[in-house]
Amino acid sequence: MSNGTLEIKAISGHAGPVPGRDASRDYGICKVIDVTTCIGCKACEVACLEWNGYPFRETVFDNTYQTMPDLAWNYYNLIRFNEHVAEDGTLSWLMRKDGCMHCADPGCLRACPADGAIVQYANGIVDFNQDHCIGCQYCVTGCPFNIPKFNSETKKVHKCTLCSDRVGAGLEPACIKACPTGCLHFGSKEDMTDLAQNRAKQLREHTSHKNAGVYDPAGVGGTHVIYVLHDIEHPELYGGLPKNPRVPLLVRLWKGPLKWLGNLAITAGILAAAGHYIRFGPKRLDEHQDEDRDEAKKGEPK
Amino acid sequence: MTNGWIDIKNTDMMLIMGGNPAENHPCGFKWPVEAKRQRNAKMIVVDPRFTRTAAVADMFLQIRAGADIAFLGGVVRYAIENQRIAKEYLVNYTNAAFIVKDGFKLPEDGLYSGFNSGTQSYDKSTWNYEESGSGPAPKPVAGAPPPPPSLPPNVAYDLTLENPRCVYQLLKKQYSRYTPEMVERITGIPKDQFIKAADLFTSIRTGGDMQKAGTIIYAVGWTQHTFGSQIIRTAAILQLVLGNVGRAGGGVNALRGHSNIQGATDVAGIFDNLPGYLKVPNPADKDFSGWMARITPKSAKPKEWDSFNYWGNTPRFAVSFLKTMYGDAATKENDWAYSYLPKVDREYSWTHIWDDMYKGKVKGVIAFGMNAVAIGPNSRKTIDALKKSDWLAVCDIYPDETSEFWKSPGITADEMKNIKTEVYRLPGAGFAEKDGTFVNSARWLQWKWAAVPPPGDAKLDQEILARIFLKVRDLYKKEGGAFPDPILNLSWNYTTPQNPSLADVAKELNGRALADVEDKPTQQTMKTGQQLPGFSWLRDDGSTACGNWIWCGSWTEAGALMQRRGTDDPSGLGIYPNWGWSWPMNRRVLYNRASADLNGKPWDPSRRQVWWNEAQKKWVGNDVPDFKVDSAPQDHMGPFIMNPEGVGRLFVPLGGMAEGPFPEHYEPFESPIANPLHPQQSTNPVVKKYQSDLDKYGTPEQGFTVVCTTYRLTEHYHYWTKNNPMNVQLVPEMFVEIPVELAGDLGINGGDKVKVSSARGATYIAKAMVTKRIKPMTIDGKKVYQIGIPIHQGYRGIQEDEGKNARTIVNLLSPTVTDPNAYTPEFKGFLVKLEKA
Repeated sequence: MSNGTLEIKAISGHAGPVPGRDASRDYGICKVIDVTTCIGCKACEVACLEWNGYPFRETVFDNTYQTMPDLAWNYYNLIRFNEHVAEDGTLSWLMRKDGCMHCADPGCLRACPADGAIVQYANGIVDFNQDHCIGCQYCVTGCPFNIPKFNSETKKVHKCTLCSDRVGAGLEPACIKACPTGCLHFGSKEDMTDLAQNRAKQLREHTSHKNAGVYDPAGVGGTHVIYVLHDIEHPELYGGLPKNPRVPLLVRLWKGPLKWLGNLAITAGILAAAGHYIRFGPKRLDEHQDEDRDEAKKGEPK
Repeated sequence: MTNGWIDIKNTDMMLIMGGNPAENHPCGFKWPVEAKRQRNAKMIVVDPRFTRTAAVADMFLQIRAGADIAFLGGVVRYAIENQRIAKEYLVNYTNAAFIVKDGFKLPEDGLYSGFNSGTQSYDKSTWNYEESGSGPAPKPVAGAPPPPPSLPPNVAYDLTLENPRCVYQLLKKQYSRYTPEMVERITGIPKDQFIKAADLFTSIRTGGDMQKAGTIIYAVGWTQHTFGSQIIRTAAILQLVLGNVGRAGGGVNALRGHSNIQGATDVAGIFDNLPGYLKVPNPADKDFSGWMARITPKSAKPKEWDSFNYWGNTPRFAVSFLKTMYGDAATKENDWAYSYLPKVDREYSWTHIWDDMYKGKVKGVIAFGMNAVAIGPNSRKTIDALKKSDWLAVCDIYPDETSEFWKSPGITADEMKNIKTEVYRLPGAGFAEKDGTFVNSARWLQWKWAAVPPPGDAKLDQEILARIFLKVRDLYKKEGGAFPDPILNLSWNYTTPQNPSLADVAKELNGRALADVEDKPTQQTMKTGQQLPGFSWLRDDGSTACGNWIWCGSWTEAGALMQRRGTDDPSGLGIYPNWGWSWPMNRRVLYNRASADLNGKPWDPSRRQVWWNEAQKKWVGNDVPDFKVDSAPQDHMGPFIMNPEGVGRLFVPLGGMAEGPFPEHYEPFESPIANPLHPQQSTNPVVKKYQSDLDKYGTPEQGFTVVCTTYRLTEHYHYWTKNNPMNVQLVPEMFVEIPVELAGDLGINGGDKVKVSSARGATYIAKAMVTKRIKPMTIDGKKVYQIGIPIHQGYRGIQEDEGKNARTIVNLLSPTVTDPNAYTPEFKGFLVKLEKA
């Protein structure tokens, strides 16, 4: 789905100015996860690992069908299994594919101080560029969904890329390709929102799920991964999906109204350093410290 | 399946029971989901556990393992009581109106008429229809044994369905005992929940309206009981009562759990079949014609009706089969080499084979692409049987529990030295390394191409088999033997005899003309050597050869139809007529004549399958009519062309079923209760059980009080994915699913090690998965717990080799006791004891 393909340039059999010419469509892309048709088969987990080339990892039994307790830096896609008993005693087994939501207002990006480490594409994909990541993990704090995971060996943070490499080549993400039931769909945000809303409406009208709805939380500006839930009033039942996710206050303040304070602090810091330099002169390294630095360099990945 | 996977999308109502398609058939499960999404179809799931299928269902009921006939019988009763029946269908397309012989007795006390308690067997002569207008019985010939009972050619019937001995009235009476109260006592499903489910499922036939269709979907959760075939029969009865068989979105649909198990069955997976479900000869069949006389049915129907009785063509299928087997050595003069065929003198099912080996009668076994020790019941007996065998050859892609039976847990080093069995491992090829066809659940033959060649010394299956056969044939040539003819004369005309191409084999199975064959009605001729276009061309004069009649038409002069990949679906019904090829004759829904009313008009105009075209004087349609195409509706030919009656059987006469003409609920062989219907006859009276010292059966009194069921997980495939890191990552360790309440009683926490034992004496050890998804049940007033164990643990695999689990096999627990019709062991619903390890 490359940009521009849906912009109208000319139409057949039409005299005069082309209606709709230069009007651009919303190119935002979107993944729908209809949890009401998810069977927890984990095909998406395997497809994600295989596409991203991540190896087998050791897991342990934990009294659940869930592969492991949480996402990992090399495990972007995890189905969360939850047994829930309603007030009337009805049991449900909720399965939710967890992973990056690709927020329109991404808390990770807001929080990230490293130049170019987090990129938001026009189509809505929020991608991490590990080459620029400084490992500060502010993105982890900034994310209201607890998604980015830190690799303590490489000191880089990773998360679902929404297969930006596949999408850029006109393919759907790997998880979508693997899903056997059609619980996952991929397309424009507009189309996917329609699809999800229609499904939620169908559930409300034809099944016992009278509270079915679409999870596309406004608190983060909407998301490019949306859910159809049996019960939109209780997203927290699906393994801790927040009801009203928002970028944490501190991050909002830090990158918003209080940005001047940060800038002021940086300026003050530079001024103080300059003052220090003028006052005390350059710092001298002894030989021993140089050796340490060389050792550290050897360990860097080539 | 009577229908097919894709056809499920056409349904309005699903009963999924005895199967867990979301977990064990996840790719096919897209079609039930599609029916929900596109048609607002309802899904009812009935299972001992709340499964991943239950997670997406509209209604879930937890049933006690093995209580399925009681449930289904209750639904049949509900449908009749509430007149949610397909009246026209029932009267004309089933044997509802047929009158049953006087002297036939229903099993109110647990036994049908004719039971001999001494031999534990039935005299089935009263399980028959009344002959219409029968005069005096023919005089018995002095000295001759009485002829075996057979169906009357003219069956008495009553279209008002009021005769107290008509099948419909007997059916009504049979299930009148299956009240919601009785269903609750047996199944543990509360009465009100049962009524809700029965009401929902039968709601498609409210007011007798025929437009909607409902499907029943099942798998080995139904077959693996000592009355498994009868559970499926009850489902068939329910579907006939509701008029759902033959219809898009209807049917009785068995989900196959292996990619080619349907194909294996089609080419004689069971000892009492030959390819194409021809019945094997037995020693009493003195010659070919004697064999044919026994297995070729004659039509039996109301005089005014017609019956195609397609099995009447059995001699054409059988002669063509023998010509394929023995080529020129099969001649009319030598009875088509009938003498070469093995005569089956007794039962040779899986459990019989291992029992015979345990008794020392069977000296060796080739385990080809299956893990005998792990898959059969009572693994200890299988292991001990192998210890007694002289040799074992295992063809597989991994070292498995069978090829290493001599290293199974509990065998000491000293004991190992005393095991003299010589074990050969043959290097098999994996599925992606072979070409050939898979036959899926929908009866579709689909060709697949090899993705990569077999690695190293690994060989294709057919090469291994061919080389063994050629070697054996050489030995017979050199040394002779008791009866070398069948080996020496076996037809082996493959381009590469050492490694036959599967294309050669597929063509042979399809069949060809051995002489010019003419079809009189169409005046077409097939020339000598040509591939036959369908089984109507098969002849019983030796002019045709066909390895498996039901596959005839799959590889014709037009090429390999199973290789087709056409994606057109003109009707929108998911028929895809140019994709692969489905037996028989590319029909996608069996008995599809029944999708139209008596006049040949589709019951539902929006799902038109086949219909009578008056102008063309023939049946036409979107699907291939499963019928005699020129039989006009007024001829009243029955749609169930494989039955001699031409109609669907609510009542199965004579020897069709071992237990009786209608299914009756019997308790699992090991049960927590006595049968509430008839405590004095609690279990199946004709069950197959064994007497060896290792065949012990448990009772609640011995402390085996917990009902245990076994199953597969989505994340694993039987016993070999435990060698694949990716699968192991998804589910690293095997577990026992235990209700929260039972775990509480025993002080077990999730992750604790537990020990499960059964009367077989062995124990199974794994971790506890404490869950709300299995609830305690009240069965006939008694509190009963069920637990579930996935089957995947063994003693070879990544985790096993690293010593990370207990290396026990779940089938150490299961009993060797089987269904008398299909010989399937009771892997579901046996008794165990659960303890903290």
